Amino acid sequence: MISKIVDTAYEAVSSVRNGATIAIGGFGGAGQPEDLINALIAHGPRDLTIVSNNAGNHEEGIAALLKAGQVKKIICSFPRMSHSYVFDELYRAGKIELELVPQGNLAERLRAAGVGLGAIYTPTGYGTVLAQDKPTLTINGKGYVLEYPIEVDFSFVKAELGDRWGNVTYRKAARNFGPVMAMAAKHTIVSVEKIVPLGELDPEHIITPGIFVKAMVSRTRLTKGALS
Amino acid sequence: MSLNARNRIASRVARDIPEGAYVNLGIGLPTLVADHMAPDKDIFLHTENGILGRWEAARQGEEDWDLVNAGKEPIRLSPGAAFFHHADSFGMMRGGHLDICVLGAYQVSMHGDLANWHTNIPDATPAVGGAMDLAVGARQVYIMMELFDKQGQSKLLAECTYPVTGLKCVNRIYTDVATFEIKEDGIYIMELIGDISFEALQQKVPVTLSR
Repeated sequence: MISKIVDTAYEAVSSVRNGATIAIGGFGGAGQPEDLINALIAHGPRDLTIVSNNAGNHEEGIAALLKAGQVKKIICSFPRMSHSYVFDELYRAGKIELELVPQGNLAERLRAAGVGLGAIYTPTGYGTVLAQDKPTLTINGKGYVLEYPIEVDFSFVKAELGDRWGNVTYRKAARNFGPVMAMAAKHTIVSVEKIVPLGELDPEHIITPGIFVKAMVSRTRLTKGALS
Repeated sequence: MSLNARNRIASRVARDIPEGAYVNLGIGLPTLVADHMAPDKDIFLHTENGILGRWEAARQGEEDWDLVNAGKEPIRLSPGAAFFHHADSFGMMRGGHLDICVLGAYQVSMHGDLANWHTNIPDATPAVGGAMDLAVGARQVYIMMELFDKQGQSKLLAECTYPVTGLKCVNRIYTDVATFEIKEDGIYIMELIGDISFEALQQKVPVTLSR
């Protein structure tokens, strides 16, 4: 019997080693898997590269991970947000490397990694400083920039419902980067609100099928039926 | 700019968006446009974080932090909305499915180059978000901005001095002084606001205007 369910977030993230690249879902707080991030802080690997839309705010979620000094580089579209002082201070002090990526290129480079593309040509960023020194191509009169996939070791994704085979649904706009990050990683860990028995998720409604998921934790206590 | 002036610009943009259009309203000034859209006119809003439909600000006490707009503010959906993931959301932009996006700007050049993401302040944390994707992706890019900066300098220029967001991407500029249309052969005045004359405006703007 295959079950991708693990008991705790700590156990789920315990295979993350120093120097790993981790994609973390979320658009601001919506879809940010705080339980997995907190477990990663407790586990303590260092020199991490984080791929995420934002760099966290206050001292929660990704900001807490940055504050713990575990991150050497962040690949991100919008690190500046209200109360993003943890990132701002590290960046100004030169203590963190930033690769700034337009948001759609971030999503598509992750998707490229997930679907086995060697590279993509994207119009986004053409002629801007973010495409400086990158190869370009003109197709039918329009300029495109060569961008490579963002290969990640792990993805941390927040979802809503899951079953023991790793099938997942999301909740509202918390979906955002979840599906593309789940595809992009060698090892995707999903935090769900609730685990339901196999067959309870309508196959028509599953957004991320279990093939993309290695491990799943529940934010609420498991019920016995969930394991059936 | 006064709230009244901002609302006047927003109402002009709203008036020019046809029924049936798929529209992305950027963060800041453009979000005001939604308030001026007639409720009985079916216009579809798109937000980069994965929602199509119509919405308004969430009522106090009913905020759902899984349901936010591009500015990360909680919203309340009207019937008919759809959710989708980020790669699809930005595919809608680049793929030419979005009819119009409305963005703020620091500067626009006479060629339609847009600068709206960075002002070269050395200490500022750089952040780009979805601006570059919207600039190149939407079929029509409408800009809302004050025409003059605090020093009285025109933000419509021969060339942008700030780092650009996209090249030759702006179609219209809605300002507090006039509305401009950027075409292949030049910049046309669509509308003058208040009692400024064409000649007076031309004197204040360092690019050749047509009417």
